Amino acid sequence: MRVIEPWVAAPLRTFLAESGARLVLLMTTSGQVVAQHGFTRSLDVMSAAALGAGITASTEELARILGAPRFGALVHQGTRQGLFLGAFDTPRGRWIGLVAFGPETSVGLVQLFFDQMASEIAEAAPPAAAPAQVLAENFEHELNASLRALFGR
Amino acid sequence: MSARYVEALERVGRVRGIRGALLVHAEDGLVVAEALLEEVDARALAALSAGLVARLRRSAGHAGLRPPAFVHLRGEGGMLLAVPAPDDLLVVAIADSDANVGLARLEMLEAAGRLG
Repeated sequence: MRVIEPWVAAPLRTFLAESGARLVLLMTTSGQVVAQHGFTRSLDVMSAAALGAGITASTEELARILGAPRFGALVHQGTRQGLFLGAFDTPRGRWIGLVAFGPETSVGLVQLFFDQMASEIAEAAPPAAAPAQVLAENFEHELNASLRALFGR
Repeated sequence: MSARYVEALERVGRVRGIRGALLVHAEDGLVVAEALLEEVDARALAALSAGLVARLRRSAGHAGLRPPAFVHLRGEGGMLLAVPAPDDLLVVAIADSDANVGLARLEMLEAAGRLG
């Protein structure tokens, strides 16, 4: 398990222990990765984050078109593996969780403990700092720092 | 909610000491139908009881035993009862400590049989 924000670690650790999930990716709605568990390649993380953020944006737009409130979660149930994609609000903005799980657990357990993790993250989050100006010369440095934190390299 | 599901749960719920019953999809751990008291979190009960039964099934399989036909979990404040039903469903009930478990078991087995 790797986290960018240390206060995410405890809720994520509990979620992993209780839900039996295989892979977890926590990200912002813009696809910026906050924490990951189970991924071994940075390229996979970046692709999954971009796809997860894109799917969430699409479903939220669909909900808007249908005049419905936001969808709570999206589940793809495969024969050997399932995917759960859920979004939740935190004091740091709206976040997305992408969870892959196998037949050793169930979508009910994943959903139950995902909601619990979302509440714990919202409670543990420190107040948001004032947004700093993103400069081109800092961007690559910050991206590399995030990748080092997520993959320990 | 299908009438036969409601009827099956209501019969279980009429047994003395039964606080409520629900139908759960065994593989997904999701609620199919419920007849529970308001203070009981049906979603949590469904997910956790399906997880428990799945683990018991796996344990029994590894031990060379047949899957459990009736699960009875006793706690300090009450009991959890579960019976597998056709179509990968589970009939789950929560009961007081002094509930009539024998009658509850019969009604749950009958409810499971009627769901086939």
